[in-house]
Amino acid sequence: MSATPLNLDQVTPMDGGSPTAQLSIRNVTKVFPGKKDIFSKLSRKTSKDFVAIENISLDIEPNTFVTIIGPSGCGKSTLLNMIAGLSSTTEGEILLNDRPIQGPGPDRGMVFQNYALMPWMTVEENIRFAVETVYPKRSPRDIQRTVTEHIQLVGLVGAEKKHPHEISGGMRQRVGIARALAISPQMLLMDEPFGALDALTRGFLQDEIERIWEQQRKTVIMITHSIEEALLLSDRIIMMTRGPAARVDEILDVPFPRPRNRETLDQHPAYHDLKAEMESHLFRETRAVEEARVRGR
Amino acid sequence: MAISQSKSRSRKKDPSDSPGLSENVRAFLLFVGSLIVFLLFWELGARNGLFTKGVPTATKTIEELWWWITNPFFNNGPNDLGIGWNLLISLRRVAIGYLLASLVAVPLGILIGISPVANKGFNAYIQLLKPISPLAWLPLGLYILRDSEQTGVFIIFISSIWPTLINTSFGVANVNKEYLEVAETLGASRLRTIFKVIIPAALPNILSGLRISMGIAWLVIVAAEMLLGTGLGYFIWNEWNNLYIPNILVAIFIIGLVGLLLDSLFAAAEKFVTFGRNS
Repeated sequence: MSATPLNLDQVTPMDGGSPTAQLSIRNVTKVFPGKKDIFSKLSRKTSKDFVAIENISLDIEPNTFVTIIGPSGCGKSTLLNMIAGLSSTTEGEILLNDRPIQGPGPDRGMVFQNYALMPWMTVEENIRFAVETVYPKRSPRDIQRTVTEHIQLVGLVGAEKKHPHEISGGMRQRVGIARALAISPQMLLMDEPFGALDALTRGFLQDEIERIWEQQRKTVIMITHSIEEALLLSDRIIMMTRGPAARVDEILDVPFPRPRNRETLDQHPAYHDLKAEMESHLFRETRAVEEARVRGR
Repeated sequence: MAISQSKSRSRKKDPSDSPGLSENVRAFLLFVGSLIVFLLFWELGARNGLFTKGVPTATKTIEELWWWITNPFFNNGPNDLGIGWNLLISLRRVAIGYLLASLVAVPLGILIGISPVANKGFNAYIQLLKPISPLAWLPLGLYILRDSEQTGVFIIFISSIWPTLINTSFGVANVNKEYLEVAETLGASRLRTIFKVIIPAALPNILSGLRISMGIAWLVIVAAEMLLGTGLGYFIWNEWNNLYIPNILVAIFIIGLVGLLLDSLFAAAEKFVTFGRNS
């Protein structure tokens, strides 16, 4: 294991959490309870409790782009769902602006891996649905202005009246991003936003995200599998260990100046060291996961 | 040789590439050809006594069909009613029973589908009542309602409720979880989620349930009417008592045709709400 986890630096032992943090995750554990009711016992399908995440503490400063990376099945999505409020913590708490997160809310915009656009709504209607839901008292004209602005922001002018099945995956995810941003959230949560896209579209959308982020500088928490993506976009990279009982292994600060450019990024002196460190971490964890699978847990 | 063969095969697979929609044209020719063969076989068989005694010839049947179609609305008492009137009587019964069933089944299906507990809890009733033959309800209906008209509607109601109920609750229970998460992260109210997300998402399932129910209602009405007073089913029963086979064949053809029309209405509606989903 590589040294002491860096996150201990951020967590002061007394009351926990840096005073400037926007989001503060404190000793969070997530256990998925197994099936133990009488019907499961009768059909012999009982299962044990599953500890997905164990005792994670993290602080996320405002206006930073944070990436969570780790082997598959390490509880990255579980952690993000807890931040989103879609899933509750078993132990510990998550504070947003010093208030514990009770459930989902429009202060956190969510971008889904499979876009999660409503197929019966057009591009415009999908975004408008979000704005109308969050700001029911706004006038229709204001809502329309917000919708149009965000369609322009993600470069979808001309596709407003199309339904999701008529546009490409990359365009769909841009709608997903526009929808998340249109409700003006304090932070953006992205769960492998480019995971379902081909490599070229992926690169293109990464550049788009970089461009939009330069404009808005919202706090972003993004899950990814891609080392290059993490290095291109983030200010901090959180590397998680394998599950079950996943923890934060290490937090890397990414010192590259912005705006960043994918062609010149690897000329920065720290680039290759960072990349090598991430690769060795991911490789080690992934190998352990595979070995555990071969042995049948 | 091999190259040219594979080329022509790949060309055939691509419908936009083949000259003049040949697949559709060939299917149409097959349809017409087989129809001619069938009618010829029927005509010659009936003329030469190949079938049971009393089977009408094809020409006689088509003649009758033409007569009934061109004289749909006459009324010489309940036992001599134009086929148009009979059709309208049957359609009216189906419409009332089916609408009542849908008005119950869709909201109930939504309520059941939303709650996993209700879904599992009520499943036993639905599964028990679903396979009952519609005609088994007939004596019960007659006993309770003491009215043949209402009994007809009741039977349509009770037999066409299940497919819609099952499909609606299935569709609602299986709405893509991500759509619900979107609504949840936006903080949408329960009602807004139901009307803006759950119902539109389940609409393809609801419509396919309604389509199956309509098919069943149309199947059932003919059978039920044989035991009631009027309608297409009674028309067939009446002609059976008259032992006049051509009219029975005419009625069968018209029942099939109307069923086909009703079904294609729903098929068109289903297409309208699919939006690229394959349901």
